[in-house]
Amino acid sequence: MCLGIPGQIVDVVDPKHHIAKVEVSGVRRNVNVALLANGPDAVGIGDWVLIHVGFAMSKIDEAEAQATREFLEQLGAAYEEELRELHASSIE
Amino acid sequence: MRRPAAQYGGTGCRLERRERRQLLAEPDSAGRERKAARDVRYVDEYRSPDLALRLAEQIAGLVEPDRQYKLMEVCGGHTHTIYKHGVENLLPPAVDLIHGPGCPVCVIPMGRVDDAIALAERPNVIFTTFGDMMRVPGGNGSLLEAKARGADVRMVYSPLDALRIAREHPDREVVFFAIGFETTTPSTALTLLRARAEGIRNFFVFANHVTIIPAIRAILASPDLRLDGFIGPGHVSTVIGTVPYRFIARDHGKPLVVAGFEPLDVLQAAYMVMVQLAEGRSEIENQYSRVVRESGNARALEAIAETMELRTTFEWRGLGFISQSALKLRDDFADWDAELLYDVPGVRVADPKACQCGEVLKGVIKPWECKVFGTACTPEKPIGTCMVSSEGACAAYYNYGRFSRRLEPLTT
Repeated sequence: MCLGIPGQIVDVVDPKHHIAKVEVSGVRRNVNVALLANGPDAVGIGDWVLIHVGFAMSKIDEAEAQATREFLEQLGAAYEEELRELHASSIE
Repeated sequence: MRRPAAQYGGTGCRLERRERRQLLAEPDSAGRERKAARDVRYVDEYRSPDLALRLAEQIAGLVEPDRQYKLMEVCGGHTHTIYKHGVENLLPPAVDLIHGPGCPVCVIPMGRVDDAIALAERPNVIFTTFGDMMRVPGGNGSLLEAKARGADVRMVYSPLDALRIAREHPDREVVFFAIGFETTTPSTALTLLRARAEGIRNFFVFANHVTIIPAIRAILASPDLRLDGFIGPGHVSTVIGTVPYRFIARDHGKPLVVAGFEPLDVLQAAYMVMVQLAEGRSEIENQYSRVVRESGNARALEAIAETMELRTTFEWRGLGFISQSALKLRDDFADWDAELLYDVPGVRVADPKACQCGEVLKGVIKPWECKVFGTACTPEKPIGTCMVSSEGACAAYYNYGRFSRRLEPLTT
């Protein structure tokens, strides 16, 4: 729950509700990007974000995303559990 | 925040973006080697062992003779990193890391877990929760046990999943167990706004969101603890920014450095705190500026303010009642407030006598100094919450087997 996991925005699913599709470690799921809809950190397709409980919380660059993913993979079980929960997620 | 710490250290230990990129460009074989060495847990598994050692040396160089330093981190992610990567073993014996109340699962009092179970056991309720809360023991067992007894308890990844379940089951009452610091509060807030916009009336929030600043205030007011500085939470700060920490420097004369989650981030933040102490400064600095903005996330703060307000007081596990330290739903959202809709028992349950979670959370004792650590209390059968969540200090310590119980001086 507390892990911020990096994902790349691959599609805009529902602009009205700020729902975008992100790819996280090869899996695609919907997340909410309302917190990064405006301002200097506004995101679009191709951008990398840190995701918490189905919400994109920060815009990051690709290097940071890769570094974060490697770090999370080292964590082992905690990250795997977070990914399992993400896999089960189906945000509309 | 003002000047790069490297200016003070002299030898350029700051982890620059360029170095980060170089490190990322390592061939795959290096990654495999790192994985193979996972169990070694020494400095050679660091992304940049040289940098880690240089930082450690520089920290050691800043230690004044006969002075003991206590730095507190208030973020479960940091606790996890510190134990997983043995950051403590790299630090000189004079520098002690204290693991504060930064794990939101760990600070939920037993009575609230019992309240959650009472809600989950109502006949028409689907009770939704993050997986982390499932095994947390209340006075009356855990949600997992309630589920085994027949309660409809479902793990969700996101509050928006709970909202979807409500949409799919209009004849059922779907309650979401909202927990977490400012990192997850905006998610609950935006989900409430969506529920109202869509007119979903069978979705209810059982609000237990806590706020980090009052907890830090309580720690600073605690007479049995002398702290020298703080390593500030990374993700919480992406929401609240760095401004709310200013009182720590201004009123208490203590430095705080917001840090990222890699072991090098934590080491570097510790170094930045030590530089401030060596120079007699107390400022709020941001080591994690690649993610954290000084002003936080305006939309997140707005959404929280629109849907929630401070409670007069809230009980924290181990810390007792702290005034204005948690959030409840605003009157505008009364129709979505599980605490108003249902009769929540609200019974206060004292922590088990043997459990010293409170002292661990305040940093008064180390996990292994608790009487039941690793014997009666293990991650398989936790007594206290610090042993339940993988980000709790006790579970992190237990899982990563740091039983040496002493810090070995670094030899290079």
